[in-house]
Amino acid sequence: MILQMGWRNIWRNKRRTAVILTAVIIGVWSMIFLGALMRGFSDRMRQNGIATLTGHLQVHRAGFRNDPVIENRITSPAAVLDALEILPEGARWTPRIRVNAVAGNARHSAGITLVGIDPGREAAVSFIGDAVRQGRYLQQEDPLGIVVGEAFVRKFETRLGNKLVLMSQDANGEIASRAFRIVGIFDAELESTEKQFGFVHIAASRKMLGVGDDICEVAVLLPSHRQVEAAAESLRQRLPEDTYTVETWKDLLPIVRETLEIYDVFIFIWFLAVFIAMGFGLVNTILMAVFERIREFGLMRSLGMLPRLVVVEVLAESFFLLVLGMAAGNLIGLLSVWALSVNGIDLSAFSAGMEFAGMSRIIFPVLVARDIFTANATVFLMGLAVSLYPAVKAARINPVEAMARP
Amino acid sequence: MKSIRNIVECRDVTKIYDQGRVKVTALKAVSLEIERGGFIAVAGPSGSGKTTLLNIFGGLDVPDQGTVSVDGELLNDMSQSALAKLRLHKVGFVFQSYNLIPVLSAIENVEFCMLLQGVPAAERRRRARSMLDDVGLEDKYDRRPAELSGGQQQRVAVARAIVSNPVMVLADEPTANLDSKTGEGLLQLMREMNEDKGVTFIFSTHDKMVMDYARRLVVLRDGAVAEDAQR
Repeated sequence: MILQMGWRNIWRNKRRTAVILTAVIIGVWSMIFLGALMRGFSDRMRQNGIATLTGHLQVHRAGFRNDPVIENRITSPAAVLDALEILPEGARWTPRIRVNAVAGNARHSAGITLVGIDPGREAAVSFIGDAVRQGRYLQQEDPLGIVVGEAFVRKFETRLGNKLVLMSQDANGEIASRAFRIVGIFDAELESTEKQFGFVHIAASRKMLGVGDDICEVAVLLPSHRQVEAAAESLRQRLPEDTYTVETWKDLLPIVRETLEIYDVFIFIWFLAVFIAMGFGLVNTILMAVFERIREFGLMRSLGMLPRLVVVEVLAESFFLLVLGMAAGNLIGLLSVWALSVNGIDLSAFSAGMEFAGMSRIIFPVLVARDIFTANATVFLMGLAVSLYPAVKAARINPVEAMARP
Repeated sequence: MKSIRNIVECRDVTKIYDQGRVKVTALKAVSLEIERGGFIAVAGPSGSGKTTLLNIFGGLDVPDQGTVSVDGELLNDMSQSALAKLRLHKVGFVFQSYNLIPVLSAIENVEFCMLLQGVPAAERRRRARSMLDDVGLEDKYDRRPAELSGGQQQRVAVARAIVSNPVMVLADEPTANLDSKTGEGLLQLMREMNEDKGVTFIFSTHDKMVMDYARRLVVLRDGAVAEDAQR
């Protein structure tokens, strides 16, 4: 009956209940929906980072990361490739040549990263396999083809079929140059990626740089990002530490890692800010309800109701307000996420600004069970906690004074 | 077990309210014994201490001096929680107004004290129905207080006060907000309950008609007993 009283009491002032319910609904909705958007941002940022030639893991010769020159290449790739056998089932890997180069045509020249790839293996590891929008991807035998980005083509005022000359330092310290023909143009999430990378066949790059069968790096993509640390550790045990470095995407993309950590804090702060706004509304509503019914609480206390039962009755009211608001807020939140999960939010109007932060042009909200749980637990537990104040106030009412009120 | 003849015994009870700079003496050394099964009116003009005396009898207030015992239990040193339990189990209350919980129906209001006492639901419902029948509200079980007249509300309050078998019912000016005919009906009901069920009633009033119904009349004046007569 105490719970029944709580339920009926919240409907005594329908307008006030509607106002506070709206506040709880908007609060929970915003926690879920904006939380999912933030997760979408951060997930996309991580995925972009991993897909943009990073992978989950990379193996380099020690020193290559600090000084990525051809001298710091892996000169006995067989040892590294043998070690990759211990990777979990489903893991994919690809060898690369990766050096800084200067690209030039009749009108322009600019620094790019020349990436020599094994077309078949690369397609299974990074974005480039299905990013070609015009022309074609590299073939297994492709000594002269180069694939460049859309933004690069615009900048160089060139097109498919045109020549592009690449220059870089070769294994002997001499300047090597080679003319390639643009066979494919790729699109990437980030314009900077389109400008930065030029992809050629690994054999062509080896020949140009005179490095035989050597490679610069091996990138690994694992079936799940949860396997990253364990796989990195087992590779480290197989490869001598003074010769090779094995790094995870977190080591390779420190800015992304830091940003993701900051996002976690942002989400928590967001939850807290929403709750504080909502919590004040809730306390105010319950407090008003208590003061309005002070004689009623006086009556109940006079009849012998113990203070703790009065607390239970008042908490029951906020329990129902919270549960109703949370149910509706969750429903609307999930519906909003669902509605946006098909097409996402197109941020291309802001893409220049967003790219700076390594974000995509289109963001899809991502629901994380832990976020939903945290949002609901925050609202529910802290909602009940702040309602204790008016509840205890009601329980401490002096029945004689309360009943004597006009 | 020793049978206690008097439901209430109070000795030299004094109550002073501190209202800032002024101290108001509500009761001055009042000594009274209220016998079991009595039907007693406490009369007197406004401010004479009637409500304070009833509040002290009911464990809602405590005296500054003197002793009060209800059904053999001394109230003076009881904790708030013990007083609440005493009110719940031994005292029925009928107030002048605002007697019922607005969100509960008539039958739920009657059940309320039994709920607090831990009476099982089925028994609660059976006793509440029977009591509402006794006070003539057999067709109003599910009405909320706002859907009942003032007289009907007071009848529900009487039903609630009696149904949990208290040792006494304290009624603070129960007819004050009723017209004389309805008030008389309520008094007849209380008198019937007193005679048929042996419930002790102590009510405060300054209404002559109400006094006429009492079998004992205690008159207070300026916080002291001015008259105490059996009728």
